[in-house]
Amino acid sequence: MTQYLLSVYVSDEAMANVAEADMQAAFAAVDTFNAELRDAGAWVFGGGLHPANTATVVTPKDRDTVVTDGPFAETKEYLGGFWIVEAPDLDAALAIAKRASVACGGPVEVRPFQDEPAE
Amino acid sequence: MTTDAQVLDISRVFREESGRAIATLVRSFGDIDVAEEAVQEAFEVAIEKWPSSGMPPNPGAWITTTARNRAIDRLRRESKRHDRHTQAAALDPDDEPGQDVGRVTDERLRLIFTCCHPALAPAAQVALTLRLLGGLQTAEIAKAFLVPEPTMAQRLVRAKAKIKANNIPYRVPGDAELPDRLRPVLAVLYLVFNEGYTASSGDELIRQDLCAEAIRLARVLVELMPDEPEAIGLLALMLLIESRRAARTAADGSLVLLPDQARTLWDRDLITEGHTLVRACLRRNVPGPYQIQAAINAVHSDASTAADTDWRQVVVLYDQLLVVAPSPVVSLNRAVAVAEVDGPAAGLDVVDRLAGELGEFHLFHSTRADLLRRLGRTDDAAAAYHSALRLTANAAEREFLERRRAATLSRR
Repeated sequence: MTQYLLSVYVSDEAMANVAEADMQAAFAAVDTFNAELRDAGAWVFGGGLHPANTATVVTPKDRDTVVTDGPFAETKEYLGGFWIVEAPDLDAALAIAKRASVACGGPVEVRPFQDEPAE
Repeated sequence: MTTDAQVLDISRVFREESGRAIATLVRSFGDIDVAEEAVQEAFEVAIEKWPSSGMPPNPGAWITTTARNRAIDRLRRESKRHDRHTQAAALDPDDEPGQDVGRVTDERLRLIFTCCHPALAPAAQVALTLRLLGGLQTAEIAKAFLVPEPTMAQRLVRAKAKIKANNIPYRVPGDAELPDRLRPVLAVLYLVFNEGYTASSGDELIRQDLCAEAIRLARVLVELMPDEPEAIGLLALMLLIESRRAARTAADGSLVLLPDQARTLWDRDLITEGHTLVRACLRRNVPGPYQIQAAINAVHSDASTAADTDWRQVVVLYDQLLVVAPSPVVSLNRAVAVAEVDGPAAGLDVVDRLAGELGEFHLFHSTRADLLRRLGRTDDAAAAYHSALRLTANAAEREFLERRRAATLSRR
């Protein structure tokens, strides 16, 4: 089994254009999808994030660290939420990602984690 | 003493057999690099041994067995973390020699779906397919696609790393996914073929090899998936295009277009095989873009002279093609057929409507130029040839367009 990060990318612009009813429908669809993931045993973790302008960055500097207002990279599209899922191979992960993308109504990026977690 | 001819002979056998061996070993060891290196080592052993011992009766089985032994030896020598691979390979009863023959074909099919996985970029799909299933060396692929060898090596390394990190499976997709997953496989084979057929730059031998390789892999695909009409259609299409190879270049190396080709130079065996395949897949009545393109080529192959071509049938087939795979380039080709049926003015009418989409495509301008020339509008024709020349770097095509432009102007 491999763990995969499923990242959802959003932009303020796109979020502003979503009607309230559609937003509620997406929340409901994601809830259903999450329940299905748990039932299938694929769920590891998942959640939605507050907008990028709520981010704070900690950077190492001279054996110490500095704290600054974030986000780390100013981009139009930013990480809006993610899932970590467990799947036997990429095809299975992509099948989950397809459902995730339909549920949340946005593009989903799939990336494998480096190692299987220690037992 | 090994002669160059012997090395060439061994290289040929290797190219033909290495895809099976790599596919079998990937399945046994679950690792492309291990499989590739072991097969490469087996090749080196063959170069050393075969000239004196003679070629073994079944070179493919010899390569697979030698490579598997090399891989097991190597994994044993290496650290303990490989133990499970070694044991898996040693214990897997499917890997016993003698059982290979029936299953090996399946292994190649699995591997081609891995190489052409949609998670990989098309350029990487092509490179991996040629390297792992076609048995081409990295340098040969680099040369064929006109990129520096380190670039191609890097592309292959990245693609293999992506397969490994993502755990992309070695598996023939299930029926539900198959149509989506077969499409990139067919596209890769056709791309390899076209690269070999159309690009005029680069080593001519390597280019012919690419065509032969694409056809060989398509044959494997058809053999393994005899119920996929588009796979049959693609094989037929490539065979029919390939049948005209000898006729499409003149003695001086210049390009000869279909209507001007000496049809006696066409390869009758390839045409016969292509026609048989076209008929076989069309009977299934599940038309797709490759089958229809093959059928169009079959109409051309049927005509003993250019004037005998059944252009009405060609127009009908292009209409069908536009339904299943609409594209402005298909519309452009259809316009050429329309010009043969209803005259150059009607053809030009259709072509001119494509200006918005194809204005930067040299064949749009050269097609227009030819129709204008036939309508006696020589100045407009010359201008169109000029536009076409501005948009292509292909030496053979440029030479052809220059010649046509000069001929048009001289008739003014």
